[in-house]
Amino acid sequence: MTIWSHIIERVEDDDRVFRALADPTRRFLLDLVFDRDGRTLGELESELEMTRFGVMKHLRVLEEAGLVVTRRSGREKLHFLNPVPIRLVHDRWIDKYTERRVSALADLKTTLEETG
Amino acid sequence: MTTTIETQNLTVQVYQLFIKATPEAIWDAITKPEFTEQYFYGSRADFDLRQGGHYRGLGEGDAVMVDGEVLEAERPRKLVHTWRALYDEGLAAEEPSRVTWEIDAQEGGFSKLTVVHDRLEASPKTAESVAGGWALVLSGLKTLLETGKPLA
Repeated sequence: MTIWSHIIERVEDDDRVFRALADPTRRFLLDLVFDRDGRTLGELESELEMTRFGVMKHLRVLEEAGLVVTRRSGREKLHFLNPVPIRLVHDRWIDKYTERRVSALADLKTTLEETG
Repeated sequence: MTTTIETQNLTVQVYQLFIKATPEAIWDAITKPEFTEQYFYGSRADFDLRQGGHYRGLGEGDAVMVDGEVLEAERPRKLVHTWRALYDEGLAAEEPSRVTWEIDAQEGGFSKLTVVHDRLEASPKTAESVAGGWALVLSGLKTLLETGKPLA
C-alpha cells in the first residue's frame, strides 16, 4: 500500500514534468529563465508574441510541475528555473536505462573526434 | 550554446522539491553526518546549530571541503549558513556566499524543501561549481529519505 502510493505519487510528479515540457512555448520560457534567472513576468512576456494571460497560463503549468519557482522581491514576483524535477526524472529514468549506453556513445564520439 | 552559458546569471539559485518525510526527518538529514555522507558527495556535516556557530562539510580524512557560519537555526523550519568552498583553491579565494534551507510541512505527509543559494555576486566560480551540484544532492536526499537508501 505505502510502496504503491509512493510509486503512484512519483509517476504523477513525472507526468507533470513531461506534460510541462511537451510544449514549445513552455520550453522556450524555461530557456529564458535558464539564460537569466529571476526574471519578472513583464520581462518574460516581452520575449513572446502572446498575451499576458497566455504567458501566465504557461508559467502556471511550469510552476505546477516544479520547473519554475517564484520568489517575491519587494513588489515583484521573480521566476527561477528549478532543475530538481528534471534531475529526478533523469535519476529515475535516464540513469537507469541509458547511462551506460550514452556514455559509451560519448566515449566513441570523443575518440572519433580526437583521431579525426 | 556557449552564449547561453556566458550570460547565465547564477547569483541567486533556487531549488525546490517535495519529500515524503516530516520536517524533523529532513532537518536531521541536512544536519547530521550519518545522513549527509550518503547523499552529499560523501561529506559529513558538522554543525554547531546556533547563531554564530560553525558549519563544516568534512571529506576524506576529515578534510574541510566547505565551511561557514550558522546565521539562523530554527529547527525544523529554517536553517541559514554561509558557504565557503575549500575543495578548490580558486573557489576558496572567493567571498563566502549564503545557503538558506526552508522546510514547510504539506498535506499527506509531504514536506516542501526549498534551498536558496545566494550572495554569489562576488563568487562567480563558486556559483558555477554549485549550480551543477545542488540538484543531484537534493535528488539524493529525497531518495534517501523516501527509500532509506542512497541513489545508486
